Amino acid sequence: MEVIDGNFAIAEAIKQIGPDVVISYPQIPSILILESIASFIANGEMDSEFLNVDSDYSAMSACIGVAASGGRVFTATASQGLALMHETLFIASSLRLPIVMGITNRALAAPINFNADHSDSMAQRDSGWIQIFSENSQEAYDNIIQAFKIAENKDVRTPVMVGIDSTFAFNLHENVNVQTNDEILEFENKPDSNYSILDIENPKTVGSFCTPDYFFEHKINQNKGIESSRKVIKDVGREFGDRFNRYYGYFETYKLEDAEFAVILMSSAAGTAKKAVDEMRKKGEKVGLLKLRVFRPFPYKELGESLSNLKSIAVLDRVLTPGTYGGPLFIETMAALYSLEKRPLVYPYIYGLGGRDITLKHIEDIFDDIKKGFNNEKGNFEIKYINLRE
Amino acid sequence: MITLKELTNKEDLFVSGHGLCPGCGIPVILKLVLRATEYPIVISNATGCLQVASTEFPATSWKLNWIHSSLGNAASTISGIETMYRVLKKQGKLQTDTEIKFLAIVGDGGTNDIGLSSLSGAIERGHDFVYLCYDNQSYANSGGQRSSASPIGTSTSTTPTGKVLPGKLQYKKDITKIIAAHKLPYVAQTAPWNWEDLYTKAKKAFDIEGPAYLNVLNPCPKEWKIPSNKSIELTRIAADTCVWPLYEIEAGKNININYKPENKLPVTEWLKRQNRFKHLLNVENRWIVDEIQNVIDQNWKCLLKQEKRGINN
Repeated sequence: MEVIDGNFAIAEAIKQIGPDVVISYPQIPSILILESIASFIANGEMDSEFLNVDSDYSAMSACIGVAASGGRVFTATASQGLALMHETLFIASSLRLPIVMGITNRALAAPINFNADHSDSMAQRDSGWIQIFSENSQEAYDNIIQAFKIAENKDVRTPVMVGIDSTFAFNLHENVNVQTNDEILEFENKPDSNYSILDIENPKTVGSFCTPDYFFEHKINQNKGIESSRKVIKDVGREFGDRFNRYYGYFETYKLEDAEFAVILMSSAAGTAKKAVDEMRKKGEKVGLLKLRVFRPFPYKELGESLSNLKSIAVLDRVLTPGTYGGPLFIETMAALYSLEKRPLVYPYIYGLGGRDITLKHIEDIFDDIKKGFNNEKGNFEIKYINLRE
Repeated sequence: MITLKELTNKEDLFVSGHGLCPGCGIPVILKLVLRATEYPIVISNATGCLQVASTEFPATSWKLNWIHSSLGNAASTISGIETMYRVLKKQGKLQTDTEIKFLAIVGDGGTNDIGLSSLSGAIERGHDFVYLCYDNQSYANSGGQRSSASPIGTSTSTTPTGKVLPGKLQYKKDITKIIAAHKLPYVAQTAPWNWEDLYTKAKKAFDIEGPAYLNVLNPCPKEWKIPSNKSIELTRIAADTCVWPLYEIEAGKNININYKPENKLPVTEWLKRQNRFKHLLNVENRWIVDEIQNVIDQNWKCLLKQEKRGINN
């Protein structure tokens, strides 16, 4: 057990995995992950090659180069950095490169802000990457370790980004169970890459120009990778649990089995939400929580099954997607539920933008709100903003 | 020195079937550059004419390992590849005993504009690779827009000549000198009219350890608006007018000028052969031509001086 923050937990995982190359460009606060790794290397605690590059755009480009050469590569970024990578994220996933990236989820400018917000990752939700979100430092550590195994699986070969909420990545020190190096190495067991640009005996053209004759088939083939990851994410989560006694799936349910009302959200706010559920349960309220861990691929079937028997649910997005009806989590949840025979009422909420607090009271109010809505002719389905000053 | 005949006997690693325009300089440049090392080459090619014309799926003109990522990141992509090569070598896991050479191939837009940070970073980090810029002085692949490598006065699709504007109003970036300011082991400017110069510089660039930069004038019949059978010849006029001097800079110190025209021609000899400059020969644009001539003369004088004294004096 170590008392560390989320950044250090991720760095610790990377030290144990020992990728061939780590690529670095500074963003707040993800650079703290990379600084820790740099100091591990400087002190001889790990021997990965560490490359300081000129931009986030170059960082992802260099990741593409390493991974296309059969190498294991890690980088970390946040906010503006992830936005600058946007173009290359699509290339990495299209070339089926198993890159792993840590994201300290942070708001996108303007105005510039360093705090927890999912607008950076959510803006990349169609980039073809697997997206995993962590509630706390322990989950960040565990998710990074699982990410390599998922990304490198021969049926998947798709890059993975692992998010942790910015504020909690560097302000909150928590107890983290760190496995031994041997345990991690045994778990990882990297398979051979499917191609290498350094294989000079077998020349390859990678990243061709493609006409309408083939493009569609290429994209559908690419999609098979992330579709295959549905099973692999489950298997890896189970294997991880069997070995280390911390089990992972697409999402975590909390007192949901007999619940009538539930909150759906991702990442750090789940801690507060669990506490709120406990408090309300004490008062006899049948409430529960679903914390989504895997946003891409979106587990629509499993999510639908878990939620269909509820009376009403509140979906909380920590991102503003201007001009849409609710945030991405709300929209995806609605889509997952709509074709089911039995489904709850679904209410959209936006919270926590740019690190705005969400408290116990707020979540209790949300429960009251959706309960009232259900009992009172379904209520108001307009988007509600939590803890927003009038 | 190798003979042209010996060169032609070497295997072609960039083969026919590609869709580059008749008269385009790229295939000529490539045939020389790819023959300039005995070692296998891994290429990172930026988006552009070459990439699009040589890799239309499922065909390819490349008989070597080639990767394309995007327009602005060929240098950072090759950085990753070259780093992984060093890692595998260190780990003893490289599948081959032979040394591998790394080559980034990028047009002038990808070099001077969108990829400049990526290129500068890769050079600063000291990766062992050759960067080849084929400079056709415009974004030819997307239809001939202005780049910061387009010369002043050029009529391009985004700086067209009109009733009030005479084409591009700014000077071309001196990218060779900008790169040389990184004080990297080797920088050279060359052109396909002089195969020996181009081949020798490419060979030096491959042989030298660390980053090397080649800036090659690439004639573009489509955007220069010239007959396709005049393209290579025109690059010689670029040298004879001192529009495109052939020179090299070693370790950021010594400049060698590799070609000094016996009769330095006036810039009008360069301008009048290309329809992209046609409007400059009108009387009202005479001042632009005078300016261009003035700048060329100054640059040439400066180069001669630098050759004598070293670039830093």
